[in-house]
Amino acid sequence: MPSYLFWLFATLTLLGGTAVIAFRNPVSSALSVVACFVGLAGLFIGLSAFFVGVIQILVYTGAVMVLFLFIIMLLDLKDEEHRTHKIAPIAAGLVLVAAFAIQLVGVLSKPLPNQTAPVLNQNTLSAASANLVQTGQITETSKIAEALNAGQLPDVHLIGHTLFTGYNLPLQILGVLLLVATIGVVTLSKRQAE
Amino acid sequence: MASLNDYLLVSGLLFAIGLAGVVMRRNIIIMFMCLELMLSAANLSLVAFSRFNVTPTGLPDYNGQMMVFFVITVAAAEVAVGLAIIVALYRARQTIHTDELTSLKG
Repeated sequence: MPSYLFWLFATLTLLGGTAVIAFRNPVSSALSVVACFVGLAGLFIGLSAFFVGVIQILVYTGAVMVLFLFIIMLLDLKDEEHRTHKIAPIAAGLVLVAAFAIQLVGVLSKPLPNQTAPVLNQNTLSAASANLVQTGQITETSKIAEALNAGQLPDVHLIGHTLFTGYNLPLQILGVLLLVATIGVVTLSKRQAE
Repeated sequence: MASLNDYLLVSGLLFAIGLAGVVMRRNIIIMFMCLELMLSAANLSLVAFSRFNVTPTGLPDYNGQMMVFFVITVAAAEVAVGLAIIVALYRARQTIHTDELTSLKG
């Protein structure tokens, strides 16, 4: 990703995040979160993680934030705008952020190894395809090998391959978790019998 | 080309913003949104590590992106349950302001 796009999306992300705290109206905060997540999805796509970027838009900005807005509309939050901010939590928050930022600068002041990302072009992708075929992870006629030999990164196919070979059990457990969450939500939102 | 340090800096700052929001704001819904920001900040560093890691094949390390996939799914389930709890709380107390929820205060 070109540098200017990185800084554009990084600025959008950080400004959106700051606006979440700064706005008093919860609806404005929710829309700032949306802006923040759109910037984040841009960063993901710049890191060649196309699937994660699309999921970020679909799940977070699409589903989760709509759910938030729905709940904000459902609850009557008019009194929020007339509240005065207390000084103690704000001071505590600022001190916490300052301490965290100082630590961050300390850690990142010396460059980490692997500063440049591995190049993804026709040659390296074909080599990756040959490597995967050689180690027996994919066959030569598979879609992954086809796309890699054509010089494209088959992101979704590779994620699906990893998910259903290496992470099958966690995926099943995740299904159970979602079922439990659904049942829990239904139980929680049922009106209590008098 | 942005380096790994740049991505980690953005990720760390976003995490700090989310942490500050949880401490500063007293509205449960906004605190909850800031939790989501912190989870996403962790996702950003995971994806950055996945891209910058040198694997034998030269492709991005998809184990990191699996972690992101699981974090996003668990976060979605968490949001559903959390918002249901907030609605139940509002029904019981008519407020979602944490200063007024003092049942556990000594």
